[in-house]
Amino acid sequence: MLPLDEQKKPENNLNNPEEMDKSSGNPEELQQESSDSKMNFGEKNDVVPDSPKVPKTMPEKDLTKKRASIGKGSILAEPIKRRSFFSWLTLAWLAFTAATGTFFGIMLRFMFPNVLFEPKQTFKAGYPDDYNIGEVSVNLKEKYGVWIVRSTEEIYALSTVCTHLGCTPNWLKNENKFKCPCHGSGFRKTGINFEGPAPRPLERFKISLANDGQILIDKTKKFAYEKGQWSDPESYLMV
Amino acid sequence: MLTFILLTFFFIFPPNDWFYKWNKKFKLDLIWTNKGGILILLGLLTFFLFGLTDENFKLIALKPDNVPIVGLIFLVAFFTWLSMKQATENDKRIDNNEKVNEYHDPDDKVLTWPDLVYIELIALVLCTVLLVVWSIALPAPLEQPANPTLSPNPSKAPWYFLGLQEMLVYFDPWIAGVLFPTLMLIGLMAIPYLDTNKEGVGYYSFKQRKMAVSFFMFGWLVLWVLLIVIGTFLRGPNWNFFGPFEYWDIHKLEPLTNINLSDYIYIIWFRSGLPENILLREIGGFILILGYFLILPPLFAKTMLKKLYQKLGNFRYSVFIILILFAMSLPIKMYLRWLFNLKYIIAIPEYFFNI
Ligand code: FES
Repeated sequence: MLPLDEQKKPENNLNNPEEMDKSSGNPEELQQESSDSKMNFGEKNDVVPDSPKVPKTMPEKDLTKKRASIGKGSILAEPIKRRSFFSWLTLAWLAFTAATGTFFGIMLRFMFPNVLFEPKQTFKAGYPDDYNIGEVSVNLKEKYGVWIVRSTEEIYALSTVCTHLGCTPNWLKNENKFKCPCHGSGFRKTGINFEGPAPRPLERFKISLANDGQILIDKTKKFAYEKGQWSDPESYLMV
Repeated sequence: MLTFILLTFFFIFPPNDWFYKWNKKFKLDLIWTNKGGILILLGLLTFFLFGLTDENFKLIALKPDNVPIVGLIFLVAFFTWLSMKQATENDKRIDNNEKVNEYHDPDDKVLTWPDLVYIELIALVLCTVLLVVWSIALPAPLEQPANPTLSPNPSKAPWYFLGLQEMLVYFDPWIAGVLFPTLMLIGLMAIPYLDTNKEGVGYYSFKQRKMAVSFFMFGWLVLWVLLIVIGTFLRGPNWNFFGPFEYWDIHKLEPLTNINLSDYIYIIWFRSGLPENILLREIGGFILILGYFLILPPLFAKTMLKKLYQKLGNFRYSVFIILILFAMSLPIKMYLRWLFNLKYIIAIPEYFFNI
């Protein structure tokens, strides 16, 4: 293997300048050179039978045609050197990797926007007396995504995300239930699921009283019924 | 209605000899003659024409969103009829030892260019024209910008996903939204490996591949197309069921209260509270599910599907039967929900695992 490589080396250097001005050289010469190089490879040294028949006036652009006419058993009129082939391949792969990398980099950057239009996770929701006993307040649903419910002795904040697949249910006052328009899950006023496919009750948010007497809701902290978290004193507000 | 379809389905598309006998006895294959086809068409047409006189039905059927579904009903009916017609004709010919309809002299061939390509070009142009005219005549309904805190009522998936949405009513999102679609794709990919029947290649035939056609039609017509139609026409506000001519009343009250199997076992039958331990609580469900998937396959292999089992061998038979069992689990679960208000067979909301 090694001697073969060494044989190729000088030839490579020799050929390169010639390849540069091959557009001006005539095809006969090229052919000659290529059969020479074949000799050097020492593998297939059968002389191309068709090569002299190639018309001299043939335009250089038609190299492919000429190759086709060489016939089987020969290599290309102008063999691609293994070395140069690999260096091109490396370059191509590098370019491809770089392009793909940039693309995914940009995609990743896109996931972290400069400005986030998200409502505040912690907010004040007015005074406890603003809420009537036994009523569900839908005022904050659009802005903050909570329902505030006041029962006889406590106030709690329910998440407006259906526990099935995340649609937003509606509060149906007459029927006294939350009903999801996507697959028909129903929740009682307490948030307990009782119909449709929702597997668990609506979540409750952390609720407390701020210093000024207003209700403070913290959406970052959730309480799930099925984990027994609704007995946590942070999940409701005694009034 | 669905019960009726489910009951008659396997007589219309009989999967085995037993059903086939009855199919012949009732002369159900007459559906697939010209007369039968015209009758189906007339039936559908009268239903829709009559339906359009009803205000509520008209509103739904002529909504730009739903026009394709109306078209789909006619198209699916037509193509099912067409292929089955050719299949029954071929079956008769095969019975009489004649050549099938599609038989061609092997030397009699046409060229791709221009014969095929021209037809394709014409079809392409016509399709484009149709789409342009359609989009001009029936403008796509535009709504206000998306708002995460406001889901339209009813919220409907794109029409081709209405079948999925219908499944979601009966199953946990993980199952109906991830597992089932994956299984559908795998199942479709597995068909060539499971169905090694060499008969019926290159021509329509029902008799030579009864089971294959029947099961595929079940999955396609009942579990997919029918669910789309149901989702389009029968699901109204709050995802309630509405009859075809019923007014979509937002305040329609439907008692749908449902409970889990564990509630049934412990609270209703044993009259005790739910046990603390999750596994103990859901043991009934686990037994049911395991039984369904572990006991039914060998049972079928010994009885109804004996021949098939011998033909397919252990592995392919298991894949086949598991896919079928999953497909059947949808109608089974639907009936459990309707009849017993059963929510989940296994319900472990603590770990998002509900079946
Ligand atoms: S998302 Fe609410 S019922 Fe499915």
